[in-house]
Amino acid sequence: MKAIIAATILGIIMMFASIMVKNKSSVVALATVLLFLLLGVNIWDIITTPATQPQSFFNNMLRVDRFSMWFNALMTGCTCLYVLLVGKEIKKVGSHVAEYFALIIFILCGLYILSSYSNMLMLFIGIEILSIPQYILAGSDKKNLKSSEAALKYFLMGSFSTGILLMGITLLYGATGSFNVANFSFLQADTLNPLALSGIILIVIALGFKVSAAPMHMWTPDVYDGSPTPFTAYMATVAKAAAFIAFLKLFTGSFGSISSRWMLVVSIITAATLLIGNVTAVFQQSVKRMLAYSSIAQAGFMLFAILAVNAIAWQGIIIYSVAYTVATIGIFTVLMKLKDYTYDGFNGLAKKEPLLAFVTTIFLFSLAGIPLTGGFMAKYYVLYAAVSQGHLLWLVIFGLLMAAISVYYYFRVIIAMYFKQGDPELHPVSGGDKFLLVLTCLLVILIGIAPQLFLNGI
Amino acid sequence: MILLLLILIPFLAGVLSFVIKGDGVKGLALVSSLLTLAVAGYVSMNSGTPIYWNMPWIPMLGTQFSLAGDGMSAMLCLLTAIVMLVVVISNWNKPVERPGAFYGLMLLSQTGLMGVFLAYDGLVFYMFWELALIPVYFLCSQWGGERRIQVTFKFFVYTFVGSLMMLAGLIFLSVQTQGVTSYAWPDIVRAGASLPPQTQQWLFCLLFIAFAIKMPIFPFHTWQPDTYEQSPTPVTIILSALMVKMGLFAVLRWLLPVLPDGVAFWSDTVVVLCIIGIVYASLIAIVQTDLKRLIAYSSIAHMGLMCAAAFSGSHVGMHGIMVQMFNHGINITGMWLMVSMIENRWGTRDMTKLGGMASTAPKMAIALVIISLANIALPLTNGFVGEFMLFNGLFQGTSPYHITFMVVAGLGIIFGAVYTLNMIQKTAYGNATEMVIAKDLSANEYLGLAIIIALILFLGVYPQPLLDMTSGVTSMLVK
Repeated sequence: MKAIIAATILGIIMMFASIMVKNKSSVVALATVLLFLLLGVNIWDIITTPATQPQSFFNNMLRVDRFSMWFNALMTGCTCLYVLLVGKEIKKVGSHVAEYFALIIFILCGLYILSSYSNMLMLFIGIEILSIPQYILAGSDKKNLKSSEAALKYFLMGSFSTGILLMGITLLYGATGSFNVANFSFLQADTLNPLALSGIILIVIALGFKVSAAPMHMWTPDVYDGSPTPFTAYMATVAKAAAFIAFLKLFTGSFGSISSRWMLVVSIITAATLLIGNVTAVFQQSVKRMLAYSSIAQAGFMLFAILAVNAIAWQGIIIYSVAYTVATIGIFTVLMKLKDYTYDGFNGLAKKEPLLAFVTTIFLFSLAGIPLTGGFMAKYYVLYAAVSQGHLLWLVIFGLLMAAISVYYYFRVIIAMYFKQGDPELHPVSGGDKFLLVLTCLLVILIGIAPQLFLNGI
Repeated sequence: MILLLLILIPFLAGVLSFVIKGDGVKGLALVSSLLTLAVAGYVSMNSGTPIYWNMPWIPMLGTQFSLAGDGMSAMLCLLTAIVMLVVVISNWNKPVERPGAFYGLMLLSQTGLMGVFLAYDGLVFYMFWELALIPVYFLCSQWGGERRIQVTFKFFVYTFVGSLMMLAGLIFLSVQTQGVTSYAWPDIVRAGASLPPQTQQWLFCLLFIAFAIKMPIFPFHTWQPDTYEQSPTPVTIILSALMVKMGLFAVLRWLLPVLPDGVAFWSDTVVVLCIIGIVYASLIAIVQTDLKRLIAYSSIAHMGLMCAAAFSGSHVGMHGIMVQMFNHGINITGMWLMVSMIENRWGTRDMTKLGGMASTAPKMAIALVIISLANIALPLTNGFVGEFMLFNGLFQGTSPYHITFMVVAGLGIIFGAVYTLNMIQKTAYGNATEMVIAKDLSANEYLGLAIIIALILFLGVYPQPLLDMTSGVTSMLVK
């Protein structure tokens, strides 16, 4: 709860900072300090809250438990890492640097609400607080036509899906007479009202849009490709994890008892997401666009956590969010150092910048799910959750086959870096950048070796 | 703790190698191999009662970092250590581009192999299984032949698909353990054996595909000849002498005891596939002119025979596998060393352009003949002991078709003699062709081959040490 208030206040401070602070570097420094402050508030929240007692706020509109606080803290930590790695690049996007950081803090505020809502209205508000800053960030490179296109596309499609979400909530309200998510757990699978079921399906579609699940994924490649790269890195990771947490909370927590009614739809969505994300990624020529499709593919794996409907799924989504976020932010950081975003732009990177090539390899290993990296543990947890559920082994095997396809496009980057000749053009890479990248790389390996460290709080 | 050393020594040496500049890295590799060999030797001598070592790792997943050194593990670790040492010795004089990375990756792949052979926990096993692959991927793609990138990539994807299927199977098994999730080997065995036969049957497929790709068993072998041909010889040795043993080892440790009903259901099918592989690979080997491809195909035939015996369900066959796993590793290492020396001297691997080695490089020719004869299982060589027991095992198998199996598989021996003798004839005899480097064996090559030949002859006459070492495991595998 402290975190939500703090995020709001800090976001506003950041907004007004653009008036006081003119120097771009000082803005970045200020944003970094504020984000670490926010991380501190999150940790303070965890320490001061008793472990077993979830707390309710605003007439039970928000319900903060251990899990949501832990998730908030981890995602805030990831955002800190993101700003440290990418802060310098954000400076280059446009002239209103302070506003970009303010928007990022607002996205975090949306994330905090989504991890602890207990009322459908809060879900709606959280989704909006999460999305609107993203629309703006997507179009922040105003002089670039692609960026404006991305923003417009994202905004139109996003509002459309928000409308569907509202309609779903309305139908559900009509069927149950309640906005409170706790009341939905009394729904019974055999006596389920068609009105409620249509509501649930509409909510699946709307949330599926937010997590870029197929067939609601169409916006993703264009938006991620068109947005300024630093913001793509954020939208594809932390913002997506926030949408997932909302999805998981609702479907595992509240609709768990009627899982038999929505399981098939979500299974098909999962299979389609995995298939489309992985297969389409194979054909991309630009690494940035490949990463956009890869984010769809990774969302397919995160959907396993939703399907599993058990306690392990909660752990799975945390590990997956952290592992995927850290590795993806890392790889985007390296990408931004390159002048050419195609695969050929990576040719010969290992000769020119061995360290950069090495950390990229580890990040790619993680995304592909090679053991001892965070990505493996992440995939492992969600698949394990799905296998424990009992009836999903076919989907797990399908997912693993798709993971094998993903090796194709991730390893293309490795092949380009190590086994092809070339002289990649780079923006200057400072010692500090390298240090941070190595740190990120170690973090990826740490998640792979000791995932329990990231689950201790729940 | 002593088991952990087997993994730690090559790992630390491997990581250190990346930092060292220049040729000092060879010394490091040599020291590391010698140390590993010493430890492996110690473990082998004390493997009568299995040694265990474990450390809590991720308790909430039911996995522990646990290792076990029984006879089979110890033997394969010993093989790994010996082969690695021979590779380092015989490549001592060969210049290699960026030696630090090369030897570093070699040592890391050794780490992975040791881990696979020692793992006593399903997830640990899976991790090492994958980790053994990654360094080899980089080694082949970086130092291999012309078509190395596509070929290695095919190999990588192929085996990766297999491993992922295995992962699905392992996760499924770990969930079936009564009470809590556990990957400990005894728990997995108990869980597997308690499953209904039908579940075991499809679970068998998931696990077996991974192992069959690794061995490789027909029809999953298509990656193998290309990869062997395109890899640099030291890596080919790692692949063919050691990595294929991972597949067989996995069958013996993680399949036969785990899914008894599944094995009973599929064993005839597997044996038939193996035998098709033996005949098919031998026939192809006959028409090869490239030495590397010839040996690659002959290796498919040999692995097929071992795998067939594994599924025959006979006691003597199981003994045969244990002996032959070791012997095949030794023999094929010798074969690859010969090929690399021939390529080095004559500048080609094409048999039609070779000849007259017996007159131009007599020592080499002698070594080639001995090793080749061991490869086709002539009596008094180690190959004979192993293959004899394997065929005996097939003959005594529990399948109703055991005699047919043995007879058809026996064709492999005849074909083996055809292509091997043909190879000897074309390379060692006939008109002498011009050598690029006219030199017989150098001291380090001499030493490497001497180790191989000594083992061939010693184990050909007295295979008892291997049998003693592994008797505990065999009697557990075949009740």
